[in-house]
Amino acid sequence: MAQVEAKQGTVPVILPAPRPGHWIGVAVVAAVGSWIAYQALTNPGFQWGTVGRYMLHPQVLRGVGTTVELTALVMLMGAVLGVGLALMRMGGGQVLPLCAYAFTWFFRGTPVLVQLVFWYNLATLFPTLSLGVPFGGPKFAEVSSTAAISSFTAALLGLGLNEAAYMGEIVRAGLLSVDAGQGEAARALGYRPMQAFRVVVLPQAMRAIVPPTGNQVIGMLKYTSLASVVALPELMNSVETIYSRTFETIPLLIVAALWYLVLVSLLSAVQAVIERRYRRGADPAGARG
Amino acid sequence: MDALPAAPPMVAVTDVWKARGRNQVLRGINLEAARGEVACLLGPSGAGKSTLLRCVNALEPCDRGIVRVDGTAIGCEERGGRWYRLRERDVSRQRAGIGMVFQGFNLFPHMTVLDNVCDAPVRVLGQPRTEVRERAQRLLEQVGLAEKAAAYPRQLSGGQQQRIAIARALAMQPKLMLFDEPTSALDPHLVGEVLDVIKALAATGMTMLIVTHEVQFAREVAGRVAVMVDGVIAEAGPPGAVLRDPKDPRVRSFLARAL
Repeated sequence: MAQVEAKQGTVPVILPAPRPGHWIGVAVVAAVGSWIAYQALTNPGFQWGTVGRYMLHPQVLRGVGTTVELTALVMLMGAVLGVGLALMRMGGGQVLPLCAYAFTWFFRGTPVLVQLVFWYNLATLFPTLSLGVPFGGPKFAEVSSTAAISSFTAALLGLGLNEAAYMGEIVRAGLLSVDAGQGEAARALGYRPMQAFRVVVLPQAMRAIVPPTGNQVIGMLKYTSLASVVALPELMNSVETIYSRTFETIPLLIVAALWYLVLVSLLSAVQAVIERRYRRGADPAGARG
Repeated sequence: MDALPAAPPMVAVTDVWKARGRNQVLRGINLEAARGEVACLLGPSGAGKSTLLRCVNALEPCDRGIVRVDGTAIGCEERGGRWYRLRERDVSRQRAGIGMVFQGFNLFPHMTVLDNVCDAPVRVLGQPRTEVRERAQRLLEQVGLAEKAAAYPRQLSGGQQQRIAIARALAMQPKLMLFDEPTSALDPHLVGEVLDVIKALAATGMTMLIVTHEVQFAREVAGRVAVMVDGVIAEAGPPGAVLRDPKDPRVRSFLARAL
């Protein structure tokens, strides 16, 4: 201690590097920021009163509910199929990798809007859906396609299958990021293949899987607005229905935008929690023994 | 003396061949280790030592030949006079009785030290958790790391990680231990602590196959050494004879460089 104090007088103190551009940046940001605030507060076109009136409107809330439900189901479908696709791509054999590759090629290679409308119009190709022996055999059960494929089903299939193609690649990237020695060590200990995957490899792959999946969920929350083209009353469709009647277009678009922002903020918080969970043991916290 | 039928050797490798692409890695390997015997595999890099070890627990399947552990063929079975490869989940049951320690430790980084040691006996063998925990604690004491039970692998030095890896393999109560260059990835000053643990294990009567570059260690601990060159065992026998007075010129030149 005494030594340190004695030296302090002679050793120079290091100051931060001068940054002359800093204050110019602050001025520009302040100017732009205050212009946005000025417009938001003074431009009567925003109609904040109308925004406030519709934020908790029952029809809007139902739309929010549908959006959340569709996003959750699409991502669940995408994640489950995605893990399957990744395992098919990475497992042995010839047929399974090719099937997974073909699936990804098709559903990633065609616009999701086309797929959505396609599923909605499935009745044109197959007027009835039946369970039975194909190629003209007996049928055990039959329903009309228009009854089976609702707006919601069409949206779920269109978005879910597309999402599966992307999730498959994300999961595959995660699995590739895990050292091959991990799976080997598990096999050497006698873990069965599925145990080794579930207990050893997947939890480590999650560190690489979670961030891009968070991207996908947030993207999907907004992509569900595409389902308005098949007349699904999700958030976007709900505000459209209202403003086509009342012509309060801008305030209702703001209502939708605010709701999307609220939902995305919640999802980002959830993502941060999940990421922390899978960081266990990742950094050498604490001193070495 | 009664003429009892001799117990089968713990490990019997019979005429094992293995190719990787165009490269013949193993070309007719024959090797035996009796119960309680320590056999060290020496030889230059690329000779096929690690591949042979990985054939013993069928981490890699061999193309021809049979590996038997305690009399049981590993990774394949005979049906109607033909040999068929077993399904992976059936092989995993066989692997549960064979411990393996890797050059790169391969501890599970997302589990604590204690979970690394306990998970397989509980999950694979279905043993009760409390019993396994007690045994794990004893094993951690045995490798001198009892106080590290709650740590994560990345918080430990290489030598400590390798000792944990040994404890993890032993927790399965294996009848055979395989070591694949257990000290090659370690800083020189950490090699000793791992070799000491392996020596202590040898003294307990554990059957072990050890691939190593530590010739001096092999001389001390092995009951039998085999020197591999280019996919064949060039020379095998008690360490004194093989290491002091090798007949094969390739073995002689390897030992001249290694010592």
